Amino acid sequence: MIRYALGRLTSLVISLFVASIVIFGVIEVIPGDPAAFMLGVNARPDTIAALRAEMGLDQSVVTRYFDWVTGLLRGDFGQSWTYKTPVAELINDRIWVSLPLAIYALILSTLIAFPAGIYAASRRGGPGDVTIMGATQLGVAIPNFWFAMILVLIFAINLRWFSAGGFPGWSDPLQAIKSLTLPAIALALPQAAILARVMRSSLLDMLGEDFIRTARAKGLSRRQALWRHAVRNALIPVLTIIGLQFSFLLAGGIIIEQVFFLPGLGRLIFQSISARDLIVVESVVMLLVFTVIIVNFAVDLAYAAVDPRLRAKT
Amino acid sequence: MYQFKRLAASAAIGLWATTALAQDSITVAIQLEPPNLDPTGGAAQAIDSVLYANVFEGLTRFDADGAIIRGLAQSWEISEDGTVYTFNLAAGVTFHDGTTMDAEDVKFSLDRARAEDSTNAQKGLFAGITDVTVVDPLTVQVTLDQPNGNFLFNMAWGDAVIVAPESIADIASNPIGTGPFTFTDWVQGDRLELTRNPDYWGPAPALESATFRFISDPTAAFAAVMAEDVDAFIGFPAPENLPQFEADPRFQVLVGNTEGETILSTNNKMPPFDNKLVRQAVAHAIDRQAIIDGAMFGLGTPIGTHFAPHNPAYVDLLANSPHDPDRARALLAEAGFADGFTTTLKLPPPSYARRGGEIIAAQLRDVGIETEITNLEWAQWIEEVFKNKDFGLSIVSHTEPMDIGIYANPDYYFQYDNPDFQALMEELNATTDPDGRDDLLAKAQAIISEDYVNGYLFELAVATVAKAGVQGLWVNQPTAAVDLTGVSWAE
Repeated sequence: MIRYALGRLTSLVISLFVASIVIFGVIEVIPGDPAAFMLGVNARPDTIAALRAEMGLDQSVVTRYFDWVTGLLRGDFGQSWTYKTPVAELINDRIWVSLPLAIYALILSTLIAFPAGIYAASRRGGPGDVTIMGATQLGVAIPNFWFAMILVLIFAINLRWFSAGGFPGWSDPLQAIKSLTLPAIALALPQAAILARVMRSSLLDMLGEDFIRTARAKGLSRRQALWRHAVRNALIPVLTIIGLQFSFLLAGGIIIEQVFFLPGLGRLIFQSISARDLIVVESVVMLLVFTVIIVNFAVDLAYAAVDPRLRAKT
Repeated sequence: MYQFKRLAASAAIGLWATTALAQDSITVAIQLEPPNLDPTGGAAQAIDSVLYANVFEGLTRFDADGAIIRGLAQSWEISEDGTVYTFNLAAGVTFHDGTTMDAEDVKFSLDRARAEDSTNAQKGLFAGITDVTVVDPLTVQVTLDQPNGNFLFNMAWGDAVIVAPESIADIASNPIGTGPFTFTDWVQGDRLELTRNPDYWGPAPALESATFRFISDPTAAFAAVMAEDVDAFIGFPAPENLPQFEADPRFQVLVGNTEGETILSTNNKMPPFDNKLVRQAVAHAIDRQAIIDGAMFGLGTPIGTHFAPHNPAYVDLLANSPHDPDRARALLAEAGFADGFTTTLKLPPPSYARRGGEIIAAQLRDVGIETEITNLEWAQWIEEVFKNKDFGLSIVSHTEPMDIGIYANPDYYFQYDNPDFQALMEELNATTDPDGRDDLLAKAQAIISEDYVNGYLFELAVATVAKAGVQGLWVNQPTAAVDLTGVSWAE
């Protein structure tokens, strides 16, 4: 188990290093001078030069990469060019919207998907299965931003149960959770549809396995065999999907955050890219990559926990 | 159950309390969030939208109709030769941190803006200043290298507001001005809050507090207004929804003008646009009303030159370039392009450019000009089109007020180089007599219209959607500003 974990850890560090080079490189070649953008069309060349010097853009690419990476290692994300505040502060403000939203959506999606998937698998071919699979087909097909707009139309504009967007802050947790509810539902349903389908097919695969037949032969009913043996073994592919989904929910909420004008990480990246606040883009993307890699690392460890074979092999 | 009822009752009371309070506070939405809160250090209009006249004040200021009125300077004298301005400052003015605003602060602000290492986006406004002298605490003297008829106008810009040396270090995150509202809080990405300044030197505003919210997505903007999350939306991004608000008694719709001349920018040095006949052909190929109807849902005023139609000095020159495809084809043939040609059309993000671009491309195709459309982000546009001049055509709204002077700069991205026009602008700058200025401005408008420098499309309109009870909002946008000083709720 320890060797397995160490192996995973090494690949984690290498991935992070490669990611830092790729992120910095890609962002470096994006056309558009950040200083010229900030100062607009009436700015004089000497003003732009003064701002470039203030932003450190007059230094070489290598120097700036080195400064950035050593800063990150010290936990210093740098100073935003446009907001003129530390990037760490910006991230800290935003993460308390994006992270709870991702977790909220993941909980909702799991709560919907597990029962739906297990129910459909246990009644394979029955009307319940057909209905659930039909609904998930629809869920996968519907774009989440469109679904979000429908939610706003019904629950914010017509029923007035929720506000159409925005985030009041965590000083009133109830209001905060309420304001995240529509976005979380919009994010969760398509994910739940995918997860339910994976859960069902994975369970069906398991139900065809020898150990289930053995369990049935020992006298367990179909349902008992499903709950005691199949569900646990079916979790491996489901965990993979959940890991991927969490990364997606954290980073991929950009459109949903835009629709509900939530001050989250996605919107921060979106705004920073169009304002060419490269230092913010670099640091936030790096943070997201870091999170994805850590989540995958955790999922790998979770595999080992549910599947003893992985522990033994490596 | 009893618990629940009590909870519900207290929640209801809470709700009632906020509605009652709402009558001296307002939630205003604008499209873009300011990147920071320093109006003297960046070009972003959103900074001025939030802070101009609310938090910061200059020596002079724009009123709701764009006229220049007194600001912190209560009066001024101009020397005979027009080079020395003596400003008499209002007495008893304090900054929001309690320090006194006096002539030293004015000197500091102007010197800072024109300094060598200044990062003021409109440094050109201060270019003619040679000296700023403190005469006494309430009198400051500004000397110019030559007479400048625009000087009082320049001092009204948001980039020329008066700041204090004591609070300049943190201005980007904690703006300290002299205005009727103080900055309270900014939850980046969500909202910014202002509170009435109890020590304001001028008449107190009716509002106790104001919240700005930032919603750029047109659908989200519609939802926020319909759900009554916001009380007013200045610069509503979805003109297609305006009829729905007009029909709804809960709302009022205000449509006003801006200083944005929307033009089909033409690279005057790039063949074949270096040929005036080709530019004239383009001008005749354009159907302005079709663009206004198709791209702006009818909002906008056609223009025949680079000048705001609501300005008293405006001359209607639409007759120079009526929509006439046959004429355009004939002119192209005369220029040697009977079979037309292909050029680039590079479009920045706003919908006037993206939607308008498709319509203009179709109109140009009709006379034989093929365009390759490229959609650019603003940062790319500034690099490619504005800085490197790598474009044939582009569509941009020039939102700076009174910016006809850009045609006197041969290095400006559309590269119009006409010594006569440049001489005319020199003369205009040196003229302070209003009638003389109007004559010169009329001449200038005619020259660029008759030279077909750019395709002149329309003056950008601004739409405001507000709850029916809100009064005192600016209808027009003579400068980027959401001036809350006169805003109140109807009884």
